[in-house]
Amino acid sequence: MELEIPYTVRPRPDTGLYNGKLGIWLFLASEVMLFGALFSSLVLLRSSAPDWPKGADILNVPLATLNTFVLIASSVTVVLAWANLRLGDFKWGRIWLGVTLACGFGFMIIKAIEYGTKFSHQQFPGTNNFFATYYMMTGLHGLHVIGGMIVFAYLIGPGAKMWKEKPNQYTNRVEITGLYWHFVDLVWIFLFPILYLL
Amino acid sequence: MSDHAASHEALEHHDEDHSGHNSPEAIHAEKRKYLIIFFVLAVLTVVTVAVSRMHLPHAMAIGVGLLIATVKASLVAAFFMHLITERKLVFTVLAITVVFFAVLLWGPWHHVYEAEEHSKKVGAISTETPQQPAAQPAHH
Repeated sequence: MELEIPYTVRPRPDTGLYNGKLGIWLFLASEVMLFGALFSSLVLLRSSAPDWPKGADILNVPLATLNTFVLIASSVTVVLAWANLRLGDFKWGRIWLGVTLACGFGFMIIKAIEYGTKFSHQQFPGTNNFFATYYMMTGLHGLHVIGGMIVFAYLIGPGAKMWKEKPNQYTNRVEITGLYWHFVDLVWIFLFPILYLL
Repeated sequence: MSDHAASHEALEHHDEDHSGHNSPEAIHAEKRKYLIIFFVLAVLTVVTVAVSRMHLPHAMAIGVGLLIATVKASLVAAFFMHLITERKLVFTVLAITVVFFAVLLWGPWHHVYEAEEHSKKVGAISTETPQQPAAQPAHH
């Protein structure tokens, strides 16, 4: 006998939310603490250092600005995917998910170009505390982007079969993946000025 | 089940979940709102970069940069993560998170403040110390 996971679509009466949504918000709360610890460490290292370089002097601001646009655009495309699925338009829902995935690829390619230039200038995580925090924070953020891309690839590919049998559950999956993706965008919104501009 | 039939089921169900927020008109209005938010976020990104090139005093530059980032993050959370229409439990989870996050940031800030206060005191003493031998030759 197959056990059905409860409250994947209908809200649970006591929480008012379907289980996946509460789950993703609890997960995001833990993510706030994960990145919060890194931001906290950055404050300590930066304010304790006698000398701290300005990010704009040694990092590529135009590339990072472009990446900011790419990530913001991907946040829009994922909500457009969700909105189209709620309208019952699977075709456009899937297309917008594809665009989101492409934006994720674009972000990582730009990030790889940036890292490559840094490596060619002998600027590694061990070079100094600035680069240690730069690589740690952008690296962890990049891993989150890759994680999101894997889920989007699943939702566009094999996971899309669910639309035919359980369209509501599929739509909810896109919604909570979107919530995660927006959080990744939100982290970048703070990383960009803190590391690159200030 | 055809895509069309599935679409009706999806729409019907979501109507049950969030009454009033899922009529086709409301969803089309939402899509327009998302595009406006995207435009605002793009403009704010340009403003952030422009402000960073104005060579403001260090503390002010950090303040303005973080303020713009907070506005952008709030827009993403409120509209893209649709917090403005979210259930109370989500806000409870977030409120607890904010408290712990504040403690996490307060720790190093407090440490840095204490260290600065300490260095000021030490600095005040060390600037006085070299003067003492110069003022004391009369005792020898």
